[in-house]
Amino acid sequence: MSVSTKHQPPSNNFGPQGDSGNPRFGSRWLGPLALLGPAGVWLIFLLVLPTLVIFEISLVPNIKPGGIVNPSGLDNYFLAFQGVYIMVVLRSLFLAIGSTLLCLLLGFPVAYWLAILAPQRWRNLMLMSFILPLWTSSLLRSYAWITILRPTGVLNSVLGFVGLPGLELLNRPPAVLIGMTYSFLPYMVLILYSSLEKLDRQLLEASADLGATPPETFWKVTVPQALPGIAAGSLLVFITSLGDFVDPELLGGASSGTAARLIYDRFLGQTQNWGFGAALSMLLIMAVSIAIALLLKYGDRDAQP
Amino acid sequence: MLQTATQNSDSTRAESSLDVELRKVFKVFNGETAVRGVEFDICRGEFFSILGPSGCGKTTTLRMIAGFETPSAGEVLIRGESMNHVPPYQRPVNTVFQSYALFNHLRVWDNVAFGLRIKRLGRAEVQARVDEALALVKMEAFASRYPSQMSGGQRQRVALARALVNRPAVVLLDEPLGALDLKLRKQMQVELSNLHQDLGLTFVMVTHDQEEALSLSDRIAVMKDGRIEQIDSPDRIYEQPSTPFVADFIGDTNLFEGHLEAIDPTSVLVRTASGVKIVIALPDSFQAEVGDKVVVSVRPEKIDLSLYRPEDAVDCYEGRLEHSMYLGTHMHYTLKLLSGEYLTVRQPNTWANLPDRHTPVYASWMAKDGVVLKA
Repeated sequence: MSVSTKHQPPSNNFGPQGDSGNPRFGSRWLGPLALLGPAGVWLIFLLVLPTLVIFEISLVPNIKPGGIVNPSGLDNYFLAFQGVYIMVVLRSLFLAIGSTLLCLLLGFPVAYWLAILAPQRWRNLMLMSFILPLWTSSLLRSYAWITILRPTGVLNSVLGFVGLPGLELLNRPPAVLIGMTYSFLPYMVLILYSSLEKLDRQLLEASADLGATPPETFWKVTVPQALPGIAAGSLLVFITSLGDFVDPELLGGASSGTAARLIYDRFLGQTQNWGFGAALSMLLIMAVSIAIALLLKYGDRDAQP
Repeated sequence: MLQTATQNSDSTRAESSLDVELRKVFKVFNGETAVRGVEFDICRGEFFSILGPSGCGKTTTLRMIAGFETPSAGEVLIRGESMNHVPPYQRPVNTVFQSYALFNHLRVWDNVAFGLRIKRLGRAEVQARVDEALALVKMEAFASRYPSQMSGGQRQRVALARALVNRPAVVLLDEPLGALDLKLRKQMQVELSNLHQDLGLTFVMVTHDQEEALSLSDRIAVMKDGRIEQIDSPDRIYEQPSTPFVADFIGDTNLFEGHLEAIDPTSVLVRTASGVKIVIALPDSFQAEVGDKVVVSVRPEKIDLSLYRPEDAVDCYEGRLEHSMYLGTHMHYTLKLLSGEYLTVRQPNTWANLPDRHTPVYASWMAKDGVVLKA
């Protein structure tokens, strides 16, 4: 990669000798530059510039690979607000929100148990085992779900054995939800755990002391105290689910088109239209950015003023 | 609190005037015994302090009253009812925690209202009682602040209001003033004392600060290694300690180890290992025999210093001035007696301050100012 040489910071940025020439300039700028420079260069070349390129392409109608970039308007954006595409966006949102809620519902009890109830010496081991799925490729995990969920798969064999009717989940939205939840649950557990671990136990005692039963303490103290973690975990899972391509592609079938698949299709699929794909990408980026901005502005305010 | 106050007629007084009773309470944590057979009764309206060095089991004792720990053996009673199987949220007690334990996601007003809302009291009553409690601790102006926006002293007041607003039978205070600086601590001591007198609630306080315990309490239980050494009023704890530990832990003192040499109807004679003979007035209930090992305690402020041997002094010892320290209100002297023992003496800061080191001086005290304790 051609930019890689730029990642290496000039070696004289480090250490006190770099400051000796002009102490005022050195002390004020060299430190931040040395710390932020490498990652900053990385971000500028691999995030900011590509995003600008996508924005430029999004202003060109009907551009195909090899076409000439000639920005001419917002037509691609108006196209995105047609009924068909709005349905796709809504489906993406539904899947992302659904998997976020499922992760929260499944993850909170686990994180609560790990952070508050589990014996100290077991904690790291248990935490490790919950993160274990992250060590395998996401592609492999999705293929594993195919063998479980397909009509003649593991799940239906078990159901048949017990005497229950089989379920048709594969190539439909439920399979995507299952796949996403499975993929992103470890992140949720990790974030909730680190939030709940910081919970001051004396607050739980204070709550009991003031007459609150354990369930009342849970809803009035534990959950509000964990709210920053709940918000952070949900946001992470929501964003990752919204942009997830592997699970909808492998588990969702034709009926579960999502924004990510749509974009993929416009760039690399059969109905190539780079301009429209770029416009959809920009809309997705903007929606997520707005969600994060709102969360930063309002989400955490009451807990840590 | 209100309905029991009416029950408190003279006929049932002996029964109902006890708010907290501990019966041979033990607590074992992972094989380590933190509390060993603690027993005491706390009367209604009393300010009771549990005093001791860190690790003596005082906080564990308080936590067993609050319900955060269950006794390994023995029984805790509140208002005559056994609390051993009653969870904290059903006990008529409220705690002021050492670190305050305010809910940082709630404003001050909602922190104080927490207990009342749990009890599902009406909106108007909650409003009235929270406002009243905040006024009691002079925190009305801070009602809409978050705990993180306040100083330690202010949080402490809110924690107090949050406990008092529930009108508990017993208020438990765990080192309530431990995190405050000296000046604020003095001020809060006065306010705590006023609150206790005005409200008439039973206060149980845990502290390692003997001055705090002495100045606030009606009675003090001194604990050491999970056991109670002495339970008495502050003046008796100070003037008539029942063990050498209590004498040494509460305030400063001079301790002399020795043997009981003679007992007569009014006094005892103690001879220390170095041969010093000390005469002490016979205590009220003293049971020892000639030859027993004993310890004599003499408070530094009970000792007089002079440059000449005072006439007709029974306990008078010559020594050399080793060190003098200026303490503002007091002078602190260290003497080396001719017999080799060191003696600390505290004298008011007056014009009569003594001259320099190595000056020969005479230390004397009255026979009634010494305390003789079984070693």
